[in-house]
Amino acid sequence: MKSGSRLERILAAGHFAVTSELGPPKNADPDNIRKKASYCLGNVDAANVTDNQTAIVRMSSIAAGTIALSCGVEPVIQMVCRDRNRIAMQSDILGAAALGCKNLLCLSGDHQKFGNHPQASGVYDLDSMQLIDMVRRMRDDKTFLSGEPIKDHEPRFFIGAAANPFADPLNFRITRLAKKIAAGVDFIQTQCIFDIDRFEQYMKMVVDRGLHEKAYILAGLAPVRSERALQYMKDEVPGMSVPDELIARMAAVKDKDEKMEEGIKICLEMIECVKHIEGVRGIHLMPVGWESITPVIVERAGLLPRPDVA
Amino acid sequence: MIVADRKPLDEILASIEPYKKIMLMGCGGCVTICFSGGAKAVELLASQIRMARNKAGSDIDIVECTPERQCEFEFIDAFKEQIASVEAVLSIACGVGVQTMNEHLAEGVTIPGLNTKFMGYPVEHGLWQERCAGCGDCVLQWTGGLCPVARCAKRLFNGPCGGSAGGRCEVDKEVECVWQLIHDRLEKLNKLENLEIVRPARDWRTSTNAGQRKVKFEEAML
Repeated sequence: MKSGSRLERILAAGHFAVTSELGPPKNADPDNIRKKASYCLGNVDAANVTDNQTAIVRMSSIAAGTIALSCGVEPVIQMVCRDRNRIAMQSDILGAAALGCKNLLCLSGDHQKFGNHPQASGVYDLDSMQLIDMVRRMRDDKTFLSGEPIKDHEPRFFIGAAANPFADPLNFRITRLAKKIAAGVDFIQTQCIFDIDRFEQYMKMVVDRGLHEKAYILAGLAPVRSERALQYMKDEVPGMSVPDELIARMAAVKDKDEKMEEGIKICLEMIECVKHIEGVRGIHLMPVGWESITPVIVERAGLLPRPDVA
Repeated sequence: MIVADRKPLDEILASIEPYKKIMLMGCGGCVTICFSGGAKAVELLASQIRMARNKAGSDIDIVECTPERQCEFEFIDAFKEQIASVEAVLSIACGVGVQTMNEHLAEGVTIPGLNTKFMGYPVEHGLWQERCAGCGDCVLQWTGGLCPVARCAKRLFNGPCGGSAGGRCEVDKEVECVWQLIHDRLEKLNKLENLEIVRPARDWRTSTNAGQRKVKFEEAML
């Protein structure tokens, strides 16, 4: 075992993993985390705690992740390269490990332009590839990035990264995934999948290169409540592929509650699809602003109870 | 070349507000080429200032000049006497020119009239784009000659990121994704394998992180 995290044990045992997301609040309220953690407890194997996502200031991912941990929910600490240099990142990696966190997701981070402090200076001392490499060195080589040894108590993380099967240039996406694996990634969570056909093509290329045997790949899925949300992602979020049929299907349903039900159904169908795609080892749910739906989806997808891997 | 852009007129007027006699000094180098600080720009700005001050009822005397380069002692020394006769110098050279003036002719005060932007070139008539960040450790040899340090919004060394779509950067749809350009160029050069390598963390000491940098050319030293 690299970290011995629950997520690692689930995947190593061959179970179909389920992770979801827990967005920290824009204030210092610990109960907000506890409430969101309650939707995750027993329903997912681990929950990603986002790191100032879309560059909006929120409670720190390590602090919020530690609160989730105290509620019995295993966090996947997200860490972005936008806000910290290698000194601060390594310091936080040591701190997160000391607090009992065992999964770390390495990201470049949304550009500061998109957030509530567009005036900020972006750091980007490292990129996500170099961050993966640094966390792996700290764990496996027991050294800091500078090469200085970590004498004992090295931070041991199950190392994750994101992959976007839908961004350009398409034929480079597999190379980029291979690079992340070469840098030391253990698991991958993909960008939200709405375009199943394109995801299937991507996974076929992944399998052809044998990459699915070198890292666990979790398919990213986002339950949505309206066609507006889908349209927004299609138009405004770069590197997203949203088929028009899906938008039309949501638009055809008029009643608000029925729309919600349609959104759940779409997500359940997607889960069923990705379960049967070779190389997919689990799902990552991203119910942004709709965390309460996680237990419903996991239950109706027949993914409960979560396996016991103690 | 160094590309600079004129400060807003109101800001310039505010900064020279206390003075009755100034020198307006341009530069015959880069800023002449990008139209922000050459002899013509000096003439234009001088008349704008005169009109504004006249309208405000506080006339100003402006001595106009444009040395060949404002960043070398020998060229600015030629104006020493005239500089001594004014209360302040308003410079429309780049930041290097302004500092050369302030440090070399320390008895006078030189105020900037431009915002220095970047090192770049005109991609079309009247449009300059950034190309070099002067980071001190050039990577163009493996990127197909296109710079990710100056042109990628996240300064990635292992791009493109997940926000690259249709050849455009997620930060601004008007901006080309340099990593897409690098990819396409390397493909054309049959060197796509350059992108297979995990590029290690960069040593930023060659950049602006280790204090003021210098370049020595021993043979030229006296």
